[in-house]
Amino acid sequence: MPLSFYIHVPYCVKRCGYCDFNTYTPNELQGDLTADSKGYIDQLISESEIAKSKIQGEIQTIFIGGGTPTLLEPQEFDRLLRHLKQNFGFAPDIEITIEANPDSVNLEKLKELRAIGINRISFGMQSSVSHVLKVLDRTHNPENVAKAVTDAQRAGFSEINLDLIYGTPGESVADWRNSIATVLALPITHISAYALILEEGTKLANQVKRGEYQVPDDGETAEKYLIADKEFSAHGFNWYELSNWAKPGSECRHNLTYWRGDNWWGLGPGAHSHINGERFWNAKHPSSYAKSLAEGSAVAGSETLSAEEKESERIMLEIRLPSGIQKASLKSAQINNLTEFLDGGELNQKAWSEDRIALTPKGRLVADRIVRKILF
Amino acid sequence: MPAINLAKAPQPASTNPAQIRNFCIIAHIDHGKSTLADRMLQITEVVESRNMREQYLDRMDIERERGITIKSQAVRLPWKSGIDGKEYILNMIDTPGHVDFTYEVSRSLAACEGAILLVDCAQGIEAQTLANLYLAMENNLTIIPVLNKIDLPAAQPEKFAEELAKLIGCQPEDCLRVSGKTGAGVEELLDQIVAQIPAPVGDADAPARALIFDSVYDTYRGVVTYVRVIDGHLSTRDQIQMISTGAKHEMLEVGVISPEPVASKGLGVGEVGYLITGVKDVRQSRVGDTVTNYNKPAKDALAGYKDPKPMVFSGLYPIDGAEYPLLREALDKLQLNDAALVYEPETSAALGFGFRCGFLGLLHMEIVRERLEREAGLSLISTAPNVVYRVVTDDGKELIVTNPSEYPDSKIDQVFEPIVRATILSPTEFIGSIMELCQDRRGILLGMDYLSEDRVEIRYTLPLGEIVFDFFDNLKSRTRGYASLDYEPTGEAAADLVKVDILLQGEQVDAFSAIVHKEKAYAYGVMMTQKLRELIPRQQFEVPIQAAIGSRIIARENIRAIRKDVLAKCYGGDITRKRKLLEKQKEGKKRMKMVGKVEVPQEAFIAALATNADPEKSKK
Repeated sequence: MPLSFYIHVPYCVKRCGYCDFNTYTPNELQGDLTADSKGYIDQLISESEIAKSKIQGEIQTIFIGGGTPTLLEPQEFDRLLRHLKQNFGFAPDIEITIEANPDSVNLEKLKELRAIGINRISFGMQSSVSHVLKVLDRTHNPENVAKAVTDAQRAGFSEINLDLIYGTPGESVADWRNSIATVLALPITHISAYALILEEGTKLANQVKRGEYQVPDDGETAEKYLIADKEFSAHGFNWYELSNWAKPGSECRHNLTYWRGDNWWGLGPGAHSHINGERFWNAKHPSSYAKSLAEGSAVAGSETLSAEEKESERIMLEIRLPSGIQKASLKSAQINNLTEFLDGGELNQKAWSEDRIALTPKGRLVADRIVRKILF
Repeated sequence: MPAINLAKAPQPASTNPAQIRNFCIIAHIDHGKSTLADRMLQITEVVESRNMREQYLDRMDIERERGITIKSQAVRLPWKSGIDGKEYILNMIDTPGHVDFTYEVSRSLAACEGAILLVDCAQGIEAQTLANLYLAMENNLTIIPVLNKIDLPAAQPEKFAEELAKLIGCQPEDCLRVSGKTGAGVEELLDQIVAQIPAPVGDADAPARALIFDSVYDTYRGVVTYVRVIDGHLSTRDQIQMISTGAKHEMLEVGVISPEPVASKGLGVGEVGYLITGVKDVRQSRVGDTVTNYNKPAKDALAGYKDPKPMVFSGLYPIDGAEYPLLREALDKLQLNDAALVYEPETSAALGFGFRCGFLGLLHMEIVRERLEREAGLSLISTAPNVVYRVVTDDGKELIVTNPSEYPDSKIDQVFEPIVRATILSPTEFIGSIMELCQDRRGILLGMDYLSEDRVEIRYTLPLGEIVFDFFDNLKSRTRGYASLDYEPTGEAAADLVKVDILLQGEQVDAFSAIVHKEKAYAYGVMMTQKLRELIPRQQFEVPIQAAIGSRIIARENIRAIRKDVLAKCYGGDITRKRKLLEKQKEGKKRMKMVGKVEVPQEAFIAALATNADPEKSKK
């Protein structure tokens, strides 16, 4: 079974208004984040030792996410990667991705990251429009994105992703087209575009609740998705997961492990793992993570998936991919339930005739509804 | 001590009527009737102190929790008067304290010669108490005014003594002052009952006549019938007959409540007690009926017998359709004990199988619903309550409509709706607001009287249909809870009424149809369509919500189609969360009802049918 690692870096200089990820600012941690980056990497190494006692196999992909991973020094990641390579072995074509803030990198740093074996980089761009970035509470200057991407290319990264967010309060369709055009003009190989999710408890969700911002109509947000899909496809980016598009061969193999239900181990506070049908997750706060790790295990909770739960996950994940769900894997009553979506243009006719249930662009917008139709 | 040992006290069937005093207590819900009754039980020593518990006479949980008496009871209390030193038997007949049970109250009153008018001297008299007081005065009962809760810091006995004196035509100093809580003044009250209330008078040699003033179903013993003997004598060996139906029953047991049932040889003139005949259904032993001796029957029934008529109707549906048989069972069981409850099966396209139930009034409806939910463990949806309409069609036919969905769509010549005379007691500062409310509900002012400087009695004629909706809640909120309401049916009146239907994507939702006054049809339509727009989740397609009178659309709202129903992000750590969300949605789906193609959550029906939740208010 192929094995992947996710490495979590729970630090940010500042928390963005929409973000509910498990990340902490200097204020929240009451200290300097990077000062103890060595100690943090030591913790990850010690967790990887636990992983080694539970699972073996050559590592196919590694994803360093956050937070803001580029706040830590490249040589620290180098130590961790060497350790993983030594303990598990790397596949010859291993994919190692790091997430980066356009503001927190320069050519020199990018070269160092590339030099330690990281071969894929993902920038959080979100939008090219400053008033949209402001609502999202992002600190970067939109012009820095182009520089970061060209620097990454110069540093030797051939796989470059940009993350976009659409549906932000105040974003017009023209704003969104502007972001799309900006992205398509850059030498990148991969685009993730997410509709904004207002997560309970975030600053932005509260601002919306108080009426400071108005959430755009979901019809307009749907429209933006369709525009993006059309534009990305026209420029050679193929749709390969609900919110992801890539040049042929540049699909993010790490993310595909999530959607295909493969084995992956998450290192770091709050990281989730999925190993042979069992899910478990680590203590969320960096200090409780460190504490429980020192006591022998960072795991805070786990679940062994029942057959029914495995099936629910399979349906909800497979439908996100162009390959879709094999009809043969469903009961005939479930398939019969779906004819309205076939007639309504939400399901791909050609795939249907090839015995697969796959979504059209319109269908992707109501994927969850279709999942519910299959499952209950 | 003025209490008498029970064994030495005058025994049932051999008590001289001159030694008997029959009385009831008229009081508002929380004015302390049960607590006063508790003290009387203690002071007369029919309940030993170690067996005492609060609200001793209230049998049902609901009675204890809500502090209201649903059914009446009678307790035999032996008492040696502190005034003349003689032994007496006091029969305390408890009365239900609510407007819905006016008929039952009137029968309890008819079993007494006197009444204690019990008023909380921190609150003053309430509308329902006033109504019952008038009822007692009409029955020529001797009234003993009593101010309760004199131990409270907020007590204003002088003020309310004047109010009572004015109402019953006595002197303020004639009002007794007691505290049910501490027992202060209760012995004196017992002595005054003996001194003031006349002894019962009847013909001991005449054929037996006894008034049924309550009838209760007991799981083990069948129906227990409470009677007051007017003439003659009832004994264990008798065969008895109900005069209204002619039905003959074997007498299995006769006894008195003291306060537990004690079998006796019989009951004589003026006595109060119970009969057990093996009857299994309270409808065979109805309140107000006259019991006589089968072999030596009385010719004339006692006056005042009526069949209780349901005034308010509502559909009751189990939230889980599979519980329908349980609901039927529970209603059957409840009816054994509640002769006024009527029901018949009905089917709603929106709510499934249920029952159309008839109630005496809103409280009766609430109590029935609560008992069904509590005692049978059911979860129920009830449709908005409505009254009974008499519809005369163009061709002269007459229809009685108890369910809006049976209301004819056309060819109506005239519609008649029930009318009540409402009495509202309130502090004077709220007069304007109360009049505004009544006016808005098509009320006609009958008159207004000042009970005291700052309290007023306002009388209105109102359509009952306007009261059953949300009148009481509105009245309470407008008067910060100070106003009290009582009403009595006074007949019917022709009215300009229409049926408003609600349509979801063109499909009529029967549960939301309502019969309303023509001038209010538009407001109802707008209110209901707006409410539903907020309550019904968006669907895959656009859903128009319309309000219509016949084929004419009077209001319309749209639930826009959902165009986006997907969570954009789904990475490692999101998967569990997303699956759990899915499982939650699956649970929610079970509570969805289909109206045509539209999925409506059960909660939307419940919220839309809640009378007090108009969207404007619930937003705040």
